[in-house]
Amino acid sequence: MVFLIQQTMLYAVPLMIVALAGVCAERSGIINLGLEGIMIFGAFMGVIFIRIMQAAGWTQDKGQQMVIIALLGAGLCGVVFSLLLAFSAINLKADQTIGGTALNMLAPAIVLFFIVLIAHQNSLKINGAAGSWFMITSKNFTGQPGGFESPIMNVFFNNVYLTTYLCVFFFIVVSIFLYKTKIGLRLRSCGENPQAAASLGINVYKMRYLGVMLSGFLAGMGGFQFSLTISNCTSSGQVAGYGFLALAVMIFGNWTPINIAVCSILFGLFKCIAAVYATLDLNGDGVYLLNDLGISPYAYRLMPYVITLIVLAFTSKSSRVPKAEGIPYDKGQR
Amino acid sequence: MIKKDKNAIAPWEKTKWYYTDTAKSIFSALISIVIGLFVGAIIVIIVGLMSPTIGTKDMWDGFKLVLFGVFSTGRVGGTLTFGFNPVNIGNMLFRAMPLILTGLSVAVAFKTGLFNIGAPGQFLMGTMGTLSVGLWLGWAGCPKGLAWLAAFVVGVLLGALWGCIPGAFKAYLNINEVITCIMTNWIAASLVTWWFDSHNEFKNSAEGGKVAYIIPLKNVGVTTPKLGFGVLCPGSQANGGFWIAIIIAVGMWIIMSKTTFGYELKACGANKAAAKYAGINGKRNQILSMAIAGALAASGASLYYLSGNTEFYWSTYMSLPAVGFNGIPVALLASNNPIGVIFAGIFMSMLNISGLQLKNLTMYNEYISDVIIAVIVYLSAFSLFFRQFLGKRKKNDKEIKNANAEAFEEYVEEKAAAAGNAEKEIAEGGNE
Repeated sequence: MVFLIQQTMLYAVPLMIVALAGVCAERSGIINLGLEGIMIFGAFMGVIFIRIMQAAGWTQDKGQQMVIIALLGAGLCGVVFSLLLAFSAINLKADQTIGGTALNMLAPAIVLFFIVLIAHQNSLKINGAAGSWFMITSKNFTGQPGGFESPIMNVFFNNVYLTTYLCVFFFIVVSIFLYKTKIGLRLRSCGENPQAAASLGINVYKMRYLGVMLSGFLAGMGGFQFSLTISNCTSSGQVAGYGFLALAVMIFGNWTPINIAVCSILFGLFKCIAAVYATLDLNGDGVYLLNDLGISPYAYRLMPYVITLIVLAFTSKSSRVPKAEGIPYDKGQR
Repeated sequence: MIKKDKNAIAPWEKTKWYYTDTAKSIFSALISIVIGLFVGAIIVIIVGLMSPTIGTKDMWDGFKLVLFGVFSTGRVGGTLTFGFNPVNIGNMLFRAMPLILTGLSVAVAFKTGLFNIGAPGQFLMGTMGTLSVGLWLGWAGCPKGLAWLAAFVVGVLLGALWGCIPGAFKAYLNINEVITCIMTNWIAASLVTWWFDSHNEFKNSAEGGKVAYIIPLKNVGVTTPKLGFGVLCPGSQANGGFWIAIIIAVGMWIIMSKTTFGYELKACGANKAAAKYAGINGKRNQILSMAIAGALAASGASLYYLSGNTEFYWSTYMSLPAVGFNGIPVALLASNNPIGVIFAGIFMSMLNISGLQLKNLTMYNEYISDVIIAVIVYLSAFSLFFRQFLGKRKKNDKEIKNANAEAFEEYVEEKAAAAGNAEKEIAEGGNE
């Protein structure tokens, strides 16, 4: 059970934060289809930062400082990368879907080009295993390895990554920013009716830039979180479709943070079951229920996607899309 | 996908050929290509300057291969040689074949206002259908020609079916086709892996080192004939499938621009509400358009695997075929024109070959061609900007103004005369 909750958290947190990245952009009126690309770029840069710090002689005892720096660095690189989309979509009024697709193609191409140059293979790893370098265990708190006495502490503070909580922290901060502050309200108004917003003195260009850059920051961090936890701190020019899945979570969660959090936990659970079903022992009696059912592993793997489709079919009527999303802002238009 | 062109040409205006829409599309595509190649070359040079292992000569070689890789004939005594290389040309055309078809798939959907990012999934479904049916019929001793046709048709139909799903979701539930396409892509990836995982008879266990590959169709003799490429490009992978792809592209051009059905599809893409007002069934057309798109992408897969010299790695649940995604840049570069798609597809596969040459002959790797393609896609996003830049005609020039005024009068007269004739005909018809 502990294992299942922790694994679900690993799968859910990147989805959650990247889905919120989608919300930031879409609420300001820009469809950010390039989330996958930004994630790939952020994942690569995060791994590069860690490698640089390792090469500079930082050792295992500075593991937590390293991941924090890498996480923020990946976020900032995500911002820089997302500026490509912002420039084409906001200044040149280009088609946002195509711009996002270009980001999705550009990121793996550039990343793989440099990975092959650096590592002479298709994936770039850090020195050593991510788990032993960057995981928090009970040793960090009590000085005693091997877990806590309280089961709740075991679930949340033994063998977990600090970045998971940082991502949750940023998720909450950005949600509050979007929904409880003046600038957040202005940003959202640009996604609904930019002309009306402009008539009230709001600079739509600035707000849309802010939306896309926030989106890049969150997606870059999400990408690093993915590569750190799920792919064991390896960057290989892909994030297994997580950016797209996050888009689906965003639509499914109706563009609101709380719904997104719930949906991503649900999806994380399904993703997690697909990954670990063979060794999943819920009540600890040595019976691997899901494995014994004899269903093909690929059935579990396509489950999250099929469920997304079905859920979208049922919830589409009540979904509330930001009205001006995807439409380039034209000052002269009324 | 509705775009306003401020410099659109009115029907009466007489203008230079380079102001026509087709010419502008070609120019803006060429600008994208030139900038894309330029960026690729610059990356090669920057990496060469920064890296201690890549010398000036390697850097210069890389630069040349990025631009003219398809004409490379290898290295003689340390220097690169260039010339006509039938193997490279043939391989280029062979790789162009699926790209043309996935490009057509994306282009047709674009014309109906849909963004078909589901080509990889449709491609995979086509692969599954073609390989399974081809092998079954081949083993059953079915005549080779018939087996070929059946494998092709089943693959195409599976792709069409797979394309229908996002189409139906869009038409009846108004769910963004991008999301459903992506979901169907990954479902297809798992489904195809599942299918081949549970059918051991398809797995190639005879040849060592071929773990997780499907038996190639050449083992049962169900392959596309060379149709001239044996003479033109001996030693290359090219075969008659390339001609089939071109015939399909021309066919799509005829359907899209010469038939009522094509007009209906385009009308739905240009303005759905107006199309509905004109009595066009938008929902039906959206589904049909996606079905055609799926069929086209799947036909690319069918022809690719029917060529016999390709092998399918079936454990693909973690990855999607790149050729499906590369249909998007092909379609964008061709401005969704089916004839343009042929050239765009050949250009993309040329970049691909250049990348391989770069990998084989220098310290660089093949991903630089993907970078170039991505830059071209990024630039084609603002083709509208290029077009406006290109289309800045001198409207205030007195001569042009006068000529246009005359042309306008002529146009009005012509129309009036035509209307008069029509009235006469009606009146005469009434008299009879």
